Amino acid sequence: MATLETTETPGEGAGDGVRRRDFINLAAVSFAGVGAATVLLPLINQMNPSADVLALASIEVDLSAIKEGQAIKTIFRKQPLFVRHLTAAEIAAADKVDPSSLRDPQTLEQRTVDGKKQWLITMGVCTHLGCVPLGAGEGEIKGEFGGYFCPCHGSSYDTAARIRKGPAPKNLEVPKYAFKSDTVVQVG
Amino acid sequence: MSFPWANHYAPKHPLMKWIDDRLPLPRLVYNAVGAGYPVPRNLNYFWNFGVLSGAALAIQIVTGIVLAMHYAANGLVAFDSVEHIMRDVNSGWMLRYAHANGASFFFIVVYLHIFRGLFYGSYKAPREMVWLLGLVIFLLMMATAFMGYVLPWGQMSFWGAKVITGLFGAIPVVGTPIQTWLLGGFAPDNAALNRFFSLHYLLPFVIAGVIILHIWALHIPGSSNPTGIDVKGPQDTVPFHPYYTAKDGFGLGVFLILYCAVLFFAPNAMGHPDNYIAANPLSTPAHIVPEWYFWPFYAILRAFTVDFILPAKLWGVIAMFGSIILLFFLPWLDKSPVRSGNYRPAFKKFFWLLVIDVLILGYCGGSPAEEPYVMISQLAAAYYFAHFLIILPIVSRMERPLPLPNSITEAVLEKHGNAAA
Repeated sequence: MATLETTETPGEGAGDGVRRRDFINLAAVSFAGVGAATVLLPLINQMNPSADVLALASIEVDLSAIKEGQAIKTIFRKQPLFVRHLTAAEIAAADKVDPSSLRDPQTLEQRTVDGKKQWLITMGVCTHLGCVPLGAGEGEIKGEFGGYFCPCHGSSYDTAARIRKGPAPKNLEVPKYAFKSDTVVQVG
Repeated sequence: MSFPWANHYAPKHPLMKWIDDRLPLPRLVYNAVGAGYPVPRNLNYFWNFGVLSGAALAIQIVTGIVLAMHYAANGLVAFDSVEHIMRDVNSGWMLRYAHANGASFFFIVVYLHIFRGLFYGSYKAPREMVWLLGLVIFLLMMATAFMGYVLPWGQMSFWGAKVITGLFGAIPVVGTPIQTWLLGGFAPDNAALNRFFSLHYLLPFVIAGVIILHIWALHIPGSSNPTGIDVKGPQDTVPFHPYYTAKDGFGLGVFLILYCAVLFFAPNAMGHPDNYIAANPLSTPAHIVPEWYFWPFYAILRAFTVDFILPAKLWGVIAMFGSIILLFFLPWLDKSPVRSGNYRPAFKKFFWLLVIDVLILGYCGGSPAEEPYVMISQLAAAYYFAHFLIILPIVSRMERPLPLPNSITEAVLEKHGNAAA
């Protein structure tokens, strides 16, 4: 085999050991490789959220019925959303904490809208592994920091929904939202 | 492949001869699991569990294919279609219980198969590849079982899917996009259910393929045996058929009796009642647990509660995957030239400690995430890693093994007296 390949017609080899055939091999295999990668793209991309999933519109929440100290659960992008009307005591408890002592340092101000400090709007998705924390429903336990408690692995959130104890790494996520009026908020 | 004294396939019937000349499949079977495969004569009943695992896979594939004829992988009707199988489909209740308990029994025999390998040093040279392929099968089994558990779309299905895909969300930077990509959405929904069904149907056949490689790799050096010493001559082996087909057949009978006992008398004993509640994205069950066969790994996942450079959550995920990845390095962590635990007094003690440790982890993984279980899981998880990373390498260097018999035949004769010869 080896002897066959070296006895090539002059003009095919450039004399430096690189043959025309090497280039053709390399080019052909590279081209096939690029082609394979191109075909792979849609095969991988088809698993990303489809248009109907992404098109889930933003939602409007009516706050007028939520009394002080109460909270509601609603659905935003197929996931639970907590809307909580904090009491003065809960706000005071959240403000008392030194943010630098927290795992995910944030103040209640940073997690609410200016002048609407009493409205705490967060995703109801534990940042540990995605369970729904307890504490928004009537009579549910709120954990030792008076906010939310995740029953799966024991993460406790405070009255600003900040992580205080347990395995969750972050505070409950605050989605993008804006007040349309004093009692209507648009999430998303 | 195989020993020189192996029986040779010699078809007598003209038709078999004709086939053998054109497609030597009967010859392949004869040499792989027939009279043409010489096996050490001293295998004990722990060597049944490979065949039993294969039988369990066959049960899963057969019951799974017929269940797929009645199941609908759509978030709106999946739960109802499972109830339809349970109540309306002829023999549907039996097929579904056979499949659900079949998964549990598959793991029971595979865990026994793995611990057999750990005790008798089956992972050591020259069988490293058998061990590595076995671990690949184990990982594929875990993926298949996880996705299968999601299909009934009950509460545990939904929340299990959320928690397990949430593991990928722990990866820094790319975690959330990966999780969204896996689910095809922001939470488990129709897209996730459909792809899990598709993959749940595919992976068992991939497992079957890797099993063929597993057996192929095994047949290069031939089966190990309880003494761990190599086969020296024809007197050390017997043909697989009829000797081990008979022994495996007996084991299979016992296995099927136990399987049927659970299937017919306690079909929900290993399941979780919450999975008979339809999936509800707004209500987390008070206590999410995976199926029992994932409990030890779940305990390791939850054992990390303190941030140390990386977030605790990421440590848990790394440790959980690490606990299995670690096993891929086992052939090089245990350097002792003696294979069988029977001749390794120190190793033997630590082996049983590991078994107890894994059982403790399993118990903690099935318990709520509160004290004392968190503390116990932390200690047990630490011991698990210490066993493989510290104890095994040290023991394999320090330990003085017991004298090995000169041959398998000598060991057998010693055990049963010369009369048995």
